[in-house]
Amino acid sequence: MFDLTGPELHEALTLPSTLSTVEIVEAKATEYAEKAGFDEDTASQISMVSREAAVNAVLHGNKKDPNKQVRATFSLTSKDLTIQVADEGEGFDPTSVPDPLSPEGLLRPSGRGIFLMRAIMDEVNFRKLSPGAEITLVKHRN
Amino acid sequence: MSMNVKIRHVGGVTVLDLSGRITLGEGSIGLRDAIRDALAAGSKKILLNVGDVNYIDSAGLGELVGAYTSVKNGGGDLKLMNLSKKVKDLLVITKLLTIFDVKENETDAIAAFA
Repeated sequence: MFDLTGPELHEALTLPSTLSTVEIVEAKATEYAEKAGFDEDTASQISMVSREAAVNAVLHGNKKDPNKQVRATFSLTSKDLTIQVADEGEGFDPTSVPDPLSPEGLLRPSGRGIFLMRAIMDEVNFRKLSPGAEITLVKHRN
Repeated sequence: MSMNVKIRHVGGVTVLDLSGRITLGEGSIGLRDAIRDALAAGSKKILLNVGDVNYIDSAGLGELVGAYTSVKNGGGDLKLMNLSKKVKDLLVITKLLTIFDVKENETDAIAAFA
C-alpha cells in the first residue's frame, strides 16, 4: 500500500482517549489532504472519515479510558495519502455493523461511519492488534 | 466551531436556520434540543434550513435521521432546504436523500407543507 520510494511526509501522533483527539486527527487529516492537492470537497470528505476513525478509536475502542491511547499516523507519498488510526481497545469486527443502506438501516441514527469510510476512500483496511484495532484509510492522489 | 440554531415562524411553519457544524458532541446535541423544543412548543411543520451548515459527520447524519423520526412520530412533517453540494453528496452516498423531503428554497418548502 505504501510507495516504495518512501513517504514525502510522515507524522505519527500519540493522543489521549478524549474528544480533543478527534479534533486533532480531523485537523491533521485536512492539512495532509490539502498538501496532497485534493480539491476542497474531497479534502473535507477525507477529513470527515478520518474524524470517524478517531471517534471509533476514542469512543468504541478505548471507551475514553485515560490509560489507553490513540495512535494516528499520516503519510503522503507521490501516489497516496494514508491515514492510520489505532486504539488499544478490545478489537473490532467491521462485519458486525449492519448495512446502513438496508430499509431498516436507513432510519438508524448510528452505524454510518465505516460505510462512509468505504464510500469515500479508495482503500479501507482493518487490522486486529494485541490489544486494539487499527483502521487504515488510503486515498490515491492521481 | 459548533452549530448555531435560529428559530423563525413563517406561515405556520417552524423554520430552524442551522449554521456551522453538525458533528458528534455539541453540534448534534444542539439539533436534538432544537427539535425537542419545537415539538414541545406544538410545532408540527418543521423546516431545517441547512444552507449554512458547512460540515456534517455520521453523528450529524444520525441526528438528522433522529429529527425526522421524532417529528414523524409526533405526527408532524419535517423538510430540508438549501442543501450545499457537500451536504447533498453525503445524503446521496448514504441514500438519506430517499428519506428526506428536500426543497431548493424557502418559498417552495413553505408551499409544500400542506
